[in-house]
Amino acid sequence: MNAADLQQYLDFAYIAAVVLFVLSLRFLSSPATARWGVLAGEVGAALAVIATLFNPEVTAYRWVLIPLIIGAGVGVPLGMVHMTAVPQRTALSHAFGALSAAMIGIAEYYVGTEPVTRFQMGEIALEVIIGSLTFTGSLIAAGKLQEILPQRPIVYRGQNIVSLSVLGAALALAVALVVNPANTILFPIMVVVALIFGILLVTPIGGADMPTVISLLNSYAGFSAALLGFVLNSKVLVVAGALDGSSGFILSVIMCKAMNRSFTNVMFGAFGQVQTAAAGAKEERVVRSANPEEAASILSAANKVVIVPGYGMAVAQAQHKVRELYDALTKKGVDVRFAIHPVAGRMPGHMNVLLAEADIPYDRLIEMEEINGDFPQTDVALIIGANDVTNPAARTDQSSPIFGMPILDVDKAHTVMVIKRGMSPGFAGIDNPLYYLNQTLMLFGDAKQFVGAIVRELGGGH
Amino acid sequence: MPADFISNLYVFILAGFVGFEVIKRVSPLLHTPLMSLTNALDAIVVVAAIIIAGRHETRLTVVLGAIAVAASFSNMVGGFVITDRMLRMFKSGRSKQS
Repeated sequence: MNAADLQQYLDFAYIAAVVLFVLSLRFLSSPATARWGVLAGEVGAALAVIATLFNPEVTAYRWVLIPLIIGAGVGVPLGMVHMTAVPQRTALSHAFGALSAAMIGIAEYYVGTEPVTRFQMGEIALEVIIGSLTFTGSLIAAGKLQEILPQRPIVYRGQNIVSLSVLGAALALAVALVVNPANTILFPIMVVVALIFGILLVTPIGGADMPTVISLLNSYAGFSAALLGFVLNSKVLVVAGALDGSSGFILSVIMCKAMNRSFTNVMFGAFGQVQTAAAGAKEERVVRSANPEEAASILSAANKVVIVPGYGMAVAQAQHKVRELYDALTKKGVDVRFAIHPVAGRMPGHMNVLLAEADIPYDRLIEMEEINGDFPQTDVALIIGANDVTNPAARTDQSSPIFGMPILDVDKAHTVMVIKRGMSPGFAGIDNPLYYLNQTLMLFGDAKQFVGAIVRELGGGH
Repeated sequence: MPADFISNLYVFILAGFVGFEVIKRVSPLLHTPLMSLTNALDAIVVVAAIIIAGRHETRLTVVLGAIAVAASFSNMVGGFVITDRMLRMFKSGRSKQS
């Protein structure tokens, strides 16, 4: 077979891969077909990788096969992490993806017998800057999610000016390189400056904003791969990068809407700093509390119960107890559903995965927009480890930092029960008026133990 | 402007629209698996890394290429593994009782 024929076959393999990738995402539209999506993606990726191994340019197989084995050796354990650790795994994989895109861009600058043209230089510089900042930014995000780094936003005076000047420096270096691509000293400096900018970009962002940050980094990682496709003139990279980039972008928009924030507000806003001090000054207000026995009797007398899970439920490892509660109530003929706020959990859709892992059927997991209208007909809303997403101040109190954020209208339910350790404010440090309403009962204690105690009561003591 | 750039731009824009239309239809239930799946698909940069490493031009490009192969292939493998693990857990109430 001559080289031109071979190249054609390789191109057909890549085209097939691209078609399979689009189908793969298409299958994800419903949980019933979603696993076909993984299969389609796997076949497409395998086709592309195997075809590439036949590329006549690839001669040093040692330097390809050993890294492939190492990659598989790292990838499998990273694919087996616990479901609560999926957000940090995802952030880490954004870092890996961006790292590899940056590395290839850097290699492309140094490789080649003829010097790069100005146009290519511009493409490479942009690609390497985005790849590098996504790499370090994603590492910081992973560190925060893994709680190696502090969750609270780290801020200092003049932060935005410092960060933006660092970005400006990276871009200025890129322009200088476009003017004279042969100025090789500037290239590594530009890479280092972009790496520093990634750190500065994510460090000030707090834990509550992680779902947005992960989505944005996803989008950056995708677009850096697409740009790499421009640099290498590889359509399969352009398509895969555009799909990944637009997916990350759509998720970022959904997350921003769910928190009623803008991109710039998330990136430069440093949320939740001011409020913490003000919370102590409030007068003592009365809350009503109940014990597991009372909670169980109210729940078993109800027709419709909506459970509102938050990340606190996952922290307390209470998912499986919640599932037992769901089973016990369902057996008594109570209609139990789960209300899922878009930012429940640490990344988009995270809460659904945590509940699915606990074997709760997915048709019981209802999105915020769909379930909000049902709260007035709900007998009991049981809140487990969620706080800000149930705060009615978001609807009524214009001075609240979360005013305008879409919330679950749990306060419209006949009875509200909140399982909580104490009266401390939530992630964003904001007091929640829901706890002082007449129909609210506070269930103080550890989520796992408290739910377990309710389940025992519902079991009728045998 | 090079002709390659223009044709790549066409592809990019059209793929962006396709991505937008397809991803809009993904159930919010599955947003976490969506992100891990697109991550695995994005790891297709491994094909570029394989060529860089396999061309064996200079020591620097081999090292950069080899790191890129390992990093992106770990994403590809890990992304598919975890996406499938997550999707296996999603069961509907009806299928569970049977």
